[in-house]
Amino acid sequence: MSASRYDCIVVGAGHNGLTCAAYLARAGRRVLVLEAAERPGGAAATREFAPGYRVSSCAHLLHLMPAWLLEELGLARHGLRMAAERMPTIALSPTGALRIPLDPDSAAQNLGDTDAHALHEYEARMRRLARALRPLLEAVPPRLGSRAWRDRLTLLGLAAKLRLLGRADLRELLRIAGMCVQDLLDEHFESPLLKGALAFDAVLGTNLGPRSPGSVFTLLYRLAAAGGAPASLAQPVGGLGALTEALARAANGAGAELRLGAPVARVIVSEDSAAGVVLESGERLEADCVVSSADPTTTFLRLLGAEHLDAGFVRRVTHLRTEGMTAKLHLALGRMPQFTALAGAVPTGRLVLAPSPGAVERAFNDAKYGKFSAAPLLEIIVPTAVDPGLAPAGQHVLSAVVQYAPYRVAGGWEGQREQFLDTILQTLEAHAPGLRESVRAAELLTPEDIEAEFRISGGNWHHAELALDQFFMVRPVPGAAQYRAPLKGLFLCGA
Amino acid sequence: MLTETEPHYRQPLLRTPFHERMRAFSQVDSFIPWSGYSTVDVFSTVEQEYFSIRNGASLYDLTPMVKYRITGPDATRFLDRLVTRSVAKLRPGRVAYALWCDDAGRLIDDGTVFRLAEQEYRLCTGERQLDWLLDSSVGFDVRVTEVTAEIAALALQGPCSCWVLKALGLEGIETLAPFEHRAFTLPDRVAAAGTAVMVSRTGFTGDLGYELWVDPGDAERLWDALMEAGRIRTIRPVGSRALNIARIEAGFLLPNVDFVSSAHTLRNGTARSPLELALGWCVDFGKGHFTGRRALLEEQGQPPRRRLAGLDVEGTKPAHNALLYADRNGRREIGSVTSAAWSPTCKRNIALAMVDTPYFETGRQVWADIYLNRELTWERRMVRARVVERPFFAPARRRAVPPGDF
Amino acid sequence: MVGAGHNGLVAACFLARAGLKVLVLERNPYIGGAAVSRRLYDGFTYSNCSYVCSLLRTEIIRTLDLPGHGLQIIPYEGGCTLMRNGGHLALYDNHDALRREIARHSRRDAEAYDRFARDMLRHCRFIKPLLLRAPPDPTSFKPRDLGELLHLGRHFSNLGEERMYETLRFWTLSCADLLDEYFESEIVKAHLAGSSIIGTALGPRSPGTAYVLLHHYMGSIDGTVGAWGFARGGMGAITQALAAALAASGGEIRCDAPVERILTRNGRATGVALASGAEIPAKLVVSNMDVRRTFLKAMDPAELPPEFVQRVRQFKIRGSSGKLNIALDGLPRFPAIPAGSPCVRGDLHVTDSIDMLERAYDDWKEGRWSQRPYLDMLIPTQIDPTMAPAGKHYMSVFVQYCPYALADGPWTDDKRASFGRTVIDSIAEHSPGFRDLILHAEIRTPYDIEREVGLTEGNIFQGELTFDQLLFNRPVPGYAQYRSPIKGLYMCGSSTHPGGGVMGAPGANAATAILGDLRR
Repeated sequence: MSASRYDCIVVGAGHNGLTCAAYLARAGRRVLVLEAAERPGGAAATREFAPGYRVSSCAHLLHLMPAWLLEELGLARHGLRMAAERMPTIALSPTGALRIPLDPDSAAQNLGDTDAHALHEYEARMRRLARALRPLLEAVPPRLGSRAWRDRLTLLGLAAKLRLLGRADLRELLRIAGMCVQDLLDEHFESPLLKGALAFDAVLGTNLGPRSPGSVFTLLYRLAAAGGAPASLAQPVGGLGALTEALARAANGAGAELRLGAPVARVIVSEDSAAGVVLESGERLEADCVVSSADPTTTFLRLLGAEHLDAGFVRRVTHLRTEGMTAKLHLALGRMPQFTALAGAVPTGRLVLAPSPGAVERAFNDAKYGKFSAAPLLEIIVPTAVDPGLAPAGQHVLSAVVQYAPYRVAGGWEGQREQFLDTILQTLEAHAPGLRESVRAAELLTPEDIEAEFRISGGNWHHAELALDQFFMVRPVPGAAQYRAPLKGLFLCGA
Repeated sequence: MLTETEPHYRQPLLRTPFHERMRAFSQVDSFIPWSGYSTVDVFSTVEQEYFSIRNGASLYDLTPMVKYRITGPDATRFLDRLVTRSVAKLRPGRVAYALWCDDAGRLIDDGTVFRLAEQEYRLCTGERQLDWLLDSSVGFDVRVTEVTAEIAALALQGPCSCWVLKALGLEGIETLAPFEHRAFTLPDRVAAAGTAVMVSRTGFTGDLGYELWVDPGDAERLWDALMEAGRIRTIRPVGSRALNIARIEAGFLLPNVDFVSSAHTLRNGTARSPLELALGWCVDFGKGHFTGRRALLEEQGQPPRRRLAGLDVEGTKPAHNALLYADRNGRREIGSVTSAAWSPTCKRNIALAMVDTPYFETGRQVWADIYLNRELTWERRMVRARVVERPFFAPARRRAVPPGDF
Repeated sequence: MVGAGHNGLVAACFLARAGLKVLVLERNPYIGGAAVSRRLYDGFTYSNCSYVCSLLRTEIIRTLDLPGHGLQIIPYEGGCTLMRNGGHLALYDNHDALRREIARHSRRDAEAYDRFARDMLRHCRFIKPLLLRAPPDPTSFKPRDLGELLHLGRHFSNLGEERMYETLRFWTLSCADLLDEYFESEIVKAHLAGSSIIGTALGPRSPGTAYVLLHHYMGSIDGTVGAWGFARGGMGAITQALAAALAASGGEIRCDAPVERILTRNGRATGVALASGAEIPAKLVVSNMDVRRTFLKAMDPAELPPEFVQRVRQFKIRGSSGKLNIALDGLPRFPAIPAGSPCVRGDLHVTDSIDMLERAYDDWKEGRWSQRPYLDMLIPTQIDPTMAPAGKHYMSVFVQYCPYALADGPWTDDKRASFGRTVIDSIAEHSPGFRDLILHAEIRTPYDIEREVGLTEGNIFQGELTFDQLLFNRPVPGYAQYRSPIKGLYMCGSSTHPGGGVMGAPGANAATAILGDLRR
């Protein structure tokens, strides 16, 4: 078949693949993006899960994408509009709600004076620390022991930025970086609801509990990625699919080609370099380099093949912890859910069901032994509250991220999905009476389902567990932590 | 097969099927552990055993060699990704010396690869490697199993070794070329009639010799038959000390003596690459990817920092563990001796040494700092040593087809 | 010196040797802190707190000539985990025996064990030089700190690139994840994981426990890294030898002399006041107590900088371990262990899966003692003839987990007895007739340990060994070099670097810091 040559082939049109393609195209490269699904977006997509009801099929909030990126790529020009911005987080309990950031008007609502004051200070400090860590996220991690000046300068630059924190903050950072979030929160706050919500943020999407050392780190990561601001949560009109569609337009606009329904079977290797890909259809496409946004296990073991890699490197890849702990719930509702704690207010924010750190820890306990949580924790949005186009008139969608749901469940998910769904619905019902009865359709994606639908090995939307030992200079594995694979011409750009 | 009569915490070492036979020959009761087995260091005297290697016929128990069976549709591809030389080019019926490295191009171990059939191999090596082999098998449709205890092996080495095998009744043994292997069955007229034996023309002595591979149940029978067949050529078993002298003459490396496996090193910078060990000839950069290739290519692109070299040392005292210097005054240290021996056959004082650049070039002269224990008074001597090509001893008979009777 | 625990005695010895006039004040009638031998039952000697020795620095033993003062440490051979199904996994000193033993469970694990041991040795080699050095303050620009940081940086970079990454990962991994990178069989992992939770309020799946595993691996006896042994005569032999060494250098020890207050004036330590009211002036005061007792109990927090006090309050000292000390009428039978195997003389365990260990931790989180606790059992009298009458035995049982404060109210005699029963039932499951051999059992909860030994919450390390409480964070960032905010007041207990275990390094390092300050 035709072997028209490209400069770069990007495997996967998820948001990372599209962003990478857009920048490569803007830099003048001839780029081809190949997506296996019939629609771009990967885990940042919108689809219909029940007739007439659409939902962001995995990620449902825009949170960590930096503003400068949205601007540089001109996504607003390409159709991206926000239905809600700077959404607050509202922690729900059976007795009341707690809004974070605190409502500046109503003083100390549901929160004692000390806690309110402490929260203010805590947020200020965490913002400062997160800002100092931000360069870590936007730098190519340096190689340790490297003689290359670029690496040495990066390391020095990072160290300098940390020093600029000042003694007290730096000491604090060094002290808490390895701590568990439970201990940190216990140092500052009393209110279980407040601590529960903050602890939940630290463990959302991770395989940690509030008492796990390293959960402060994941919290700082989340804050750092969000630009240091705790509430930059936004909801695009049309769900996250609108984001990735805008990205696709931006990439196209810059000259990149996008092919859908074109699953890649493997990478072509010629003279120990990546030289293109072969599609499952057999079609060969040549390029000077291949950029994979697929997870490392898929990229290295399936697309490339162990025979092109060193055995020690392959061993590290097989040890990469990639299993997901999070499920996704989609509900089609006949009417707007009424959360008791909101006292009638329309749920336009991000609702969190995490009544206390103990509850989060207990939910984590279950998952450690291969069981879904008996009292799961939820991050809920009702996207139709600000974006009615996602459902028929007067109907609503509820989208929830559910923690914890282990990838491997004793006995398998087949027999247990229904039970888990039931458990979740019970939890929701307790906070929003009448919700169950209004459910017209329900879809629960377990990590296994996420793996299958979004082609993410292990079903973890981070592709590899977010943990200190799988971060920065060792992420995903040493030897591939600078976006380059050990093989010339092959690059990584995924989560 | 007599392997254990006592539980392992009382008798940690296993015994090979030849153990009782060897014990009968042991005059000085000198056994050492090798690979979890009890083996013989020396039977009577090292000199006598050595000369049966170079003058007659010798038997050495190879059973403790760790053996792996490798089969499966991807067996060849698996091995090609593991070792540094091309396995695809190895035809069934042949065997090759092979090395394998870690990701950084540091040598893990060496061994021999037997191609028994299209996708069936036997890998023989001195140390256990199942962990690394299984990790290397990820992504390949291949099965790796350890078969050490299922195969008994003897090395028959020496100028009369072909003659002994002919006397044993192995038809056509003289046509077996170096690095070939073939299956034989002992003929009716012999005591061990019907015994199946695989013979490979391989060895660790650099001389005419063969290695025999047999089912453990037939081991003692084979031994007896060999001893009978070689009686008039004074065939005798040899221990590892005698073998050591022969292998130094042959210029062969011994793990943990001439190099430390990178699987064992604790300190940074002590593992060695094949290039540093002068085994570059065994590295085929053109065959496709293998573990360590990229690192080795990078190394090759740079001037070498050190290399293993052969030394011809002045005097008659072996230069064990001697440090090497560029000058007689010992101001500039440039390496150290790893193996040393007085060669009874070459009548030279030989050594293997790791030498810094550029002193490893053939013809260079260096100085060796030898310590001699003279009845508990230590004497230190700086002697001249010249870098020479290896092997030190390379008789024509080791490659001859057909080989002579002596 | 406030407190005659082993670190205090070590520091006192070094100070006395340097010519200082040293007085050690101990509130109990006996010295030793948690390194004691107690005769609590007719003719039996109990190592009733710490029970085995490995971490005690060879340099300290040698410099203070502790063998000359009577100390002998005897390594024991191997150890064993007893399985619920009647099987076992033993560790043997002989490498070939060990390989064959592990191969009974998994051939691959038998070989992976070599890789594991090698990697642990590599980590030990990295950390060893750091133990007898005060950690640098990374926020300081003082030449001493910068120099030390540079030294550490070079030490780290000498590992080579690959090992630098391995080290970074190792210090942040959980023990369970670490072991998953080597082994496939549950019993091997469970046996090795025990050391990662000893004295620690974390489970094997908690990140950071790989370090705790290393902490228990990095000791050595006579050059054998990772070996553990008995002090002949019980752990008290160590502190008795230290006391003798102290006396030989002119130091003095006073027992039954509880210190109630550390006296200060104008930001300077001036001495101590005993509970009796007597005041003892001194130029320097060194505290062997943990930081909480030192700064929150023996001092008025108002005398200290508020941020320091806050950090001391936040320093996590959590009791998670219990102990049983049992006098036995004979040697218990363990049918799972083959007759004649030397491993019975080593450490015996009954938890045979990572899940069991993790669930035991979950119980502790809920404020209960573990229903199926991790037990580390040793019977030193098999090797040490001095601790019990011939034919009778003393068994030490270390229990993880047991909370300092129960969720359902304070510890009572009944609850303690119930806890003891849980442990003994567990042992009896693997040792028929065990109960019949019991002559006497001392049952200790963290609460008891706190009352008797003076360790806050009964935490054996004087503070958790988590990443946020190690090195320059231990005990308080900015105060990780044995000095307190009060001039002339120093810390030398396990609350300081490098942490707990009968190591002596905190004491030695503190002495070095003190002597250095005096010279200046």
